[in-house]
Amino acid sequence: MNTSDLIVVGGGLVGTALAYGAARNGTRVTVLDEGDDAFRASRGNFGLVWVQGKGFGMTPYARWTMRSAAQWPQLAEALNTDTGIDVQLRQPGGFHFCFSDEEMQAREARMRSISDALDGNYSFEMLDHASLKARLPGIGPAVAGASYTRMDGHANPLKLLRALHAACRHHGVRFAQGSRATRITPQAGGFEIEAGTATWHAPRVVLAAGLGNRELAPQVGLFAPVQPNRGQVLVGERVARFLDHPTTYVRQTDEGTIQLGDSLEDVGLDDGTTADVLSTIARRGVRSFPVLESLRLVRAWGALRVMTPDGFPIYQASTQCPGAFVVTCHSGVTLAANHAFSIAPWIAGSAGDGAPAGIESFSGDRFLNGNETFQHAH
Amino acid sequence: MSNERCDIAIVGAGPAGMSAAIIAARLGASVVVLDEQRGAGGQIYRAITDAPARRVDLLGPDYAAGRSLADAFAASGARHLTNAAVWQVTPEGAVHYLRDGATSTLQAGRVVLCSGAMERPFPIPGWTLPGVLTAGAAQILLKSADVVPAEPVVLAGCGPLLYLLGWQYVRAGVPIRALVDTTSMEDYRRALSHLGGALAGWRYLKKGLSLMRVLKRAGVPFHTGAENLAAEGDDGVEALRFTAGGKAHRIETSTLLLHHGVVPNTQFTWSLRAGHTWDDAQLCWRPEADAWGALDVPGIHVAGDGLGIGGALAAAQQGELAALGAMHGLGRITTAERDKLAEPLRAALREHLRIRPFLDALYRPKKANRIPADDVIVCRCEEVAAGAIRHFVALGCDGPNQAKAFGRCGMGPCQGRQCGLTVTELIADARGVTPAEVGYYRIRPPIKPISLGELAGAE
Amino acid sequence: MPTNVRFRSLVPADASPRGEPMVNLFFDGRGLQAPAGCSVAAALLANGVSTFRTTPVSGAPRAPYCMMGACFDCLVDIDGQPNRQSCLVAVAEGMQVKTQAGLRSFDGADAVIAEEAAHVE
Repeated sequence: MNTSDLIVVGGGLVGTALAYGAARNGTRVTVLDEGDDAFRASRGNFGLVWVQGKGFGMTPYARWTMRSAAQWPQLAEALNTDTGIDVQLRQPGGFHFCFSDEEMQAREARMRSISDALDGNYSFEMLDHASLKARLPGIGPAVAGASYTRMDGHANPLKLLRALHAACRHHGVRFAQGSRATRITPQAGGFEIEAGTATWHAPRVVLAAGLGNRELAPQVGLFAPVQPNRGQVLVGERVARFLDHPTTYVRQTDEGTIQLGDSLEDVGLDDGTTADVLSTIARRGVRSFPVLESLRLVRAWGALRVMTPDGFPIYQASTQCPGAFVVTCHSGVTLAANHAFSIAPWIAGSAGDGAPAGIESFSGDRFLNGNETFQHAH
Repeated sequence: MSNERCDIAIVGAGPAGMSAAIIAARLGASVVVLDEQRGAGGQIYRAITDAPARRVDLLGPDYAAGRSLADAFAASGARHLTNAAVWQVTPEGAVHYLRDGATSTLQAGRVVLCSGAMERPFPIPGWTLPGVLTAGAAQILLKSADVVPAEPVVLAGCGPLLYLLGWQYVRAGVPIRALVDTTSMEDYRRALSHLGGALAGWRYLKKGLSLMRVLKRAGVPFHTGAENLAAEGDDGVEALRFTAGGKAHRIETSTLLLHHGVVPNTQFTWSLRAGHTWDDAQLCWRPEADAWGALDVPGIHVAGDGLGIGGALAAAQQGELAALGAMHGLGRITTAERDKLAEPLRAALREHLRIRPFLDALYRPKKANRIPADDVIVCRCEEVAAGAIRHFVALGCDGPNQAKAFGRCGMGPCQGRQCGLTVTELIADARGVTPAEVGYYRIRPPIKPISLGELAGAE
Repeated sequence: MPTNVRFRSLVPADASPRGEPMVNLFFDGRGLQAPAGCSVAAALLANGVSTFRTTPVSGAPRAPYCMMGACFDCLVDIDGQPNRQSCLVAVAEGMQVKTQAGLRSFDGADAVIAEEAAHVE
């Protein structure tokens, strides 16, 4: 007989961050995770802990992102303490390159809009080519300029996933591997969850199953109309330290490999790569840093983002089935700190923790208005 | 940078590729064969096209047999793109390749993958030391450059290729300090149940026995039933330790040649997401294919050792069968024509494969040499040891892709070629399940290294 | 420079296989000879080169293992291009080959100056 307080459906970056946050406060947690060949957005991650440009048209998201980035060092330290794993958080500030004057203007307008909505509590710089070159001497002539904020950074997403898993186990979280949840039935005192041949019971359940949330959410009176959105990434060989600052499309990992991205494609459940998109990514990389022309590529991959219609997360507690929650986002690295420190206590019902302020903005019900169409801007 | 079309694109100019090209061209198809070497032959017939007579004689009659095939290929009318590194094949039949520093795309009606086999990884302590090479590597040095060990060499492992190499060395006057054979009495006993097949393939048996006779007559010291192999040294190998006959041995050597079989090169087929089965007799993954080598990815065929280890002669038959299947798929020959041409090929193929079960049983690689102890490096590129991977399994990694995400094994330049089989078997062993349940790395392009600039210049 | 002559050519140096010319190349500045058409890896091995590269992960010495492009242990710097698989490249007159010592780097002139990595307080 299962004795969990909370079942987390999904063992990716979102699920394990939630499980960790709950478990370290004493909640007994079980995580139900799929098998080795699942889509696993968590393994296809660029690793940015990224603030700038986010929340355009949705100020709560800008605030939410800034909060997570500010709390990320605490998460990194807690994980290191609990597991000995250094997830290589670096927050030196980041750059978003623009390749034309039009792009620069559009970027500035976007950043200005976010800043104004935050009453100016959002410090950023627009750098023209010369100013940018003074900071990043390796940029190519085709780079018109960039936006820069001090808030941006990056971490090693795979080490983060591993650290979260290890930290969960450290705090007694039970993992059920190869357990794809198919049915959730509300019962007296909680929920029954069928996964494979096993059934699990707990008073509380949070759906963190990525694309799987779509089918599961309605079973607990929630709405999570997520769709896959593909991003392709190129991975280059290890190189001596070349770039300390993350940029939106090019970063160097702590291990020295160079990563180049990305794309936004609506192609259904296809996580393959295509030569034309890879070529475009390669061209942008070479235009950004001409020395990269000789970089040897080792691997290319595609991964499916879990995308809501407007691109913003869903955090919602079910009123129909109290004790059930849904969590979905496509920035599992950036938001990991919030998930562990703000969302997890709320979900676990830890004494005194109500819903995080402003969480209603992220309700999935916002998509129930059939008259409204949505567009996601990455 | 060019984009062209053809009826049939063949990847690999070994016996399977050459044979497929010959018959397809004869039947009127436009054929392009891409190979990364500068001449035809693949690995088994490497450098056959410009090998001097004395080298051909040294290497033996099986190698010499490749000459007529290579000549027929040269005269076939198929277009041969040498020094072409294919970095991606798509399910739609686009073949992306790198040649002379530029990328090009060949759009084919049908693709026949003939990328052959690779040496099975041999993860023993010290296997990454300079001076430790595979028997296949030693053969390539001999075939392509007349290069042989300068000092008495140690050969270790099992299988026909190892003994063939020893035989070639004896003929070349290369001293062999020892042949450390891992074949045990248990292997002989197991193989006896396949003796019928062996006797039916008596030519192979006879050849094998005469190889051994030459080695013994030359006074090569044999050690059989060898276990606990370990290469020792600091900056390079200095000795091989092992136990045999109840005794511990240590043989000094600066060159150690390892071999315990070859396995299909499955990088392309995995990247196409074709179905694969785990073959427990050959201890490897084999792409699922029909009688014409057609994968479950329409329009793509596989022939030769890449389908399953069968040797050069079987590869030639399979190449022709795949070409016939492809031609039929293109509507260029009728079902009747296809089946008629296939008949003698199938009969010959059956004959060539009769000996396989016997060889697979007799030279089954030892578990200890496939699934090593904790401190042995499994992933050469990222230097991940077996113990680390077992630790990831304990952390909940059920398969190679999770293990890769946790520990970087399989993420280096070789993209799992040297560690994939080991990781699959190691995880299966740690979990107590079959390799089939564990699966394999997700293989992605580029299958061969390509630079950012080369990719940027592509369409 | 310590070398370990593990390999040799079967053919005397002045009588290359088919009358092919011998090619002059350099390894870490040392002059070598090899028959035209030979791979750089074979040429280095036959000329007593023991360590081709040191690994980026631990600095361990490595040399060819498979000779067919599948192991990536034969990586060397050829004419200024790092991490080339020497078993897949033919020798050329005047070729400059160097040990691939750990990570490759980009030319100093275009290197990006690193700011101090800082953790947010």
